[in-house]
Amino acid sequence: MPERKQPPSIVDAVHFKLQLKPCQHFSLANGAEVYAIDAGAEDVMMMEWVFFAGNWFEEQNLVAASANFLLKNGTSNKNAFQINEHFDYFGSYLNRSCYNETATITLHCLTKHVKELLSSVRELITDSVLPEEELAIYKQNMKQRLKVNLQKSDFVAGRLIDSYLYGEDHPYGKYSSAKEFDSLNRDMLVAFYKKYYQQGKFMIFIAGRLPQDLEALLNDQFGNLPNGSVLIKDMPLRPETEKKFRVVNDPDSVQGSVRMARPFPNRHHPDFLKVQVLNVLFGGFFGSRLMSNIRENKGYTYGIYSFLQNHIHHSAWMISTEAGRDVCEATINEVYHEMERLKKDPVGEEELKLVRNYMIGGILGELDGPFQIIARWKNIILNDLDENYFYNSVNAIKNVTPEELQQLAIKYLQPEAFYELVVT
Amino acid sequence: MIQFEKFSLPNGLRVIVHRDTSTPMAVMDIMYDVGARDENPERTGFAHLFEHLMFGGSVNIPNYDEPLQMAGGENNAYTTNDLTNYYIQLPAENLETAFWLESDRMLSLAFSEKSLEVQRKVVCEEFKEHYLTKPYGDVWHKLRALAYKMHPYRWMTIGKELSHVEKAKLEDVKEFFFKHYRPANAILVVAGNVTTEKVKELAEKWFGEIPPGKKYEHNLPQEPEQTEERKLEINSNVPLDALYKCWHIYPRMDRRYYITDLITDILSGGGSSRLFQALVKEKKLFSAIECYHSGSTDSGLLTIEGKLIKGVAMKDAESAVEEELNKMKNEKVTEQELQKVKNKVESMIAFEDMSLINRANSLAYYELMGDASWINFELDKYASVTPEDILQESRNIFRSTNCSTLYYLSEN
Repeated sequence: MPERKQPPSIVDAVHFKLQLKPCQHFSLANGAEVYAIDAGAEDVMMMEWVFFAGNWFEEQNLVAASANFLLKNGTSNKNAFQINEHFDYFGSYLNRSCYNETATITLHCLTKHVKELLSSVRELITDSVLPEEELAIYKQNMKQRLKVNLQKSDFVAGRLIDSYLYGEDHPYGKYSSAKEFDSLNRDMLVAFYKKYYQQGKFMIFIAGRLPQDLEALLNDQFGNLPNGSVLIKDMPLRPETEKKFRVVNDPDSVQGSVRMARPFPNRHHPDFLKVQVLNVLFGGFFGSRLMSNIRENKGYTYGIYSFLQNHIHHSAWMISTEAGRDVCEATINEVYHEMERLKKDPVGEEELKLVRNYMIGGILGELDGPFQIIARWKNIILNDLDENYFYNSVNAIKNVTPEELQQLAIKYLQPEAFYELVVT
Repeated sequence: MIQFEKFSLPNGLRVIVHRDTSTPMAVMDIMYDVGARDENPERTGFAHLFEHLMFGGSVNIPNYDEPLQMAGGENNAYTTNDLTNYYIQLPAENLETAFWLESDRMLSLAFSEKSLEVQRKVVCEEFKEHYLTKPYGDVWHKLRALAYKMHPYRWMTIGKELSHVEKAKLEDVKEFFFKHYRPANAILVVAGNVTTEKVKELAEKWFGEIPPGKKYEHNLPQEPEQTEERKLEINSNVPLDALYKCWHIYPRMDRRYYITDLITDILSGGGSSRLFQALVKEKKLFSAIECYHSGSTDSGLLTIEGKLIKGVAMKDAESAVEEELNKMKNEKVTEQELQKVKNKVESMIAFEDMSLINRANSLAYYELMGDASWINFELDKYASVTPEDILQESRNIFRSTNCSTLYYLSEN
């Protein structure tokens, strides 16, 4: 009969030596930077073309996202169906996404097919025509989707809290409306496409089992594109002065969406890495203070989390949950209560050790696999950091002290700094 | 080809070891042969509520999560209509922690009143979050009840109604545990940077003494063949009209399941799929349309679901769907179109198999179905499907007497 009351001995995760697998880095003939991780158990790969074409660069709301969406809906030689059929035939997935600073085209495919697909990706970058008819279908369908989403309190809450933090005109704070979809026209999309894709600046991230002649293949298809330069303008923040909001979206709803958030500096700030540890303790994992109290002890919610927003220029510290309609206010009080506890008493060694081990174990698990590794590199590069950022963050997890965490809680977890929103 | 080794303990626990030395991690996956289909129709939602209670402490270990997090591990679990699955990922050095935790909760739970009380509330919030507050959130409650009259797939995993979950008692919890959570009804998969010898030693040490329990036989009421068209109309406060149609298909291990899976890929999935191209892009009747199937162990459902463009009449939208289905029933797909969807399956499997957790989970599932080695024959089964098969099965499935239709109409 084994000893069941006592846990088996473990190697503390803080003793693991974590290494970020180095990334191949080279430039194409036109100076476009390529970052690649060659690894993986299956013959698959992922390529991502990152353009500086996010909503930061648009002059009218939704132009960047719409141009990005329509990239694969027609070139001068192929219609949308033919483009899709080509990528589908090779079992590949071609996606595009628009973010704040960047917009991407992403290809997932079996390595054996990559040669058949690259020239088609090039075609999208050089020769998309953003057809009028496709734009009309897109506007119609997006407006319908928006209508459905606007009935969901979590969707509404997500938009509002960002607009309070950054202002409705800021790239991080603005959101869509049916009216703005209606006011889009093809000319503005084409102009944006020309400037930020055809003539734009891009870099490429690649991971998986890579073909031998990768560099030559890429130079063939992408080494002679213009790869221009872009100017990232400063965008003024216009945070809301009012802090507390209660919004009724559906009088019959049985749950409310609770969001609490305060502005927070970006990854270059000296407090950022240690606050990441404080955040995990506060609300960043299943064993966090918020989850233990508000889900596991009170049963107010299916889940509650806190996190630092993943933005390049400015971040925010956010708490997010869907709670029973009649316990939303009680949930908010408990969040403040947990903030006070972190400020009042330093975290115990045992609890902190648990957070350290959990975080290091998590990184170890996340470094397992080429797609996850390139995602870390991408984060480092797009945020203008270097690989020391990775090692500094591991050090912060291993070495931050209870007193430092308490000081950070006192500095940042001030109730009056937080926006408070309930959408029911 | 996914390699593995397999052995059983004297108490009936089946153990599978999948070695992958390219990772510093290990995964433990335990699959129990019980899901929502095994519930009493008056006590639905119980299998899933029970999954929550599995984290409320076991007989010797008051807190499940903390020691695991201390060992650098993470875990999660899910319940379906067919099964319940628990999995852990942690640094391979600390594998024994997973054995300790999982064997103790298979030995016996703590059966705490407080944990039951809190988890009842948590599950009720989950019910609200996913099925009550969202527009169209109740659609699968209605559709299942329309399509199934006998088989327990007629209710959802989360349960038929909140009150069933609210009424759960501790004695129900105990009975359920000792009936289903026994070695005879479980499969243990250990994957990652491990050896079979070590896994064997640890399995015997930690799971060996647990009483075998009685092998549970499902003996579920089978769904009689549907013989009439079924229709239901709902008027509700949703922004758009939506159309749902579903048809009965085949059990997971039936050869025809693979044909059906490819039929759904032909109809929907990629940007060049038939329904999207014809009905969203060309005829502009729907703003979104998809075709998918439930993938369940017993005969499941193939479903087409679409949101109509404002102003389009439901009848027109529906007949356009029928027209596409008639093409499936009357014209053979070309080799090229069939090859396209087979290529899609090949790459999907390759991407899924990148993850150690997915591999462990699949091994457990195929073993539960009968034999873990079936994991390596999936592609061949898809490859053997012919255009004639697609035609034949389209005719079998898309019969009006096999169909349940739901109009979800907007009151606005």
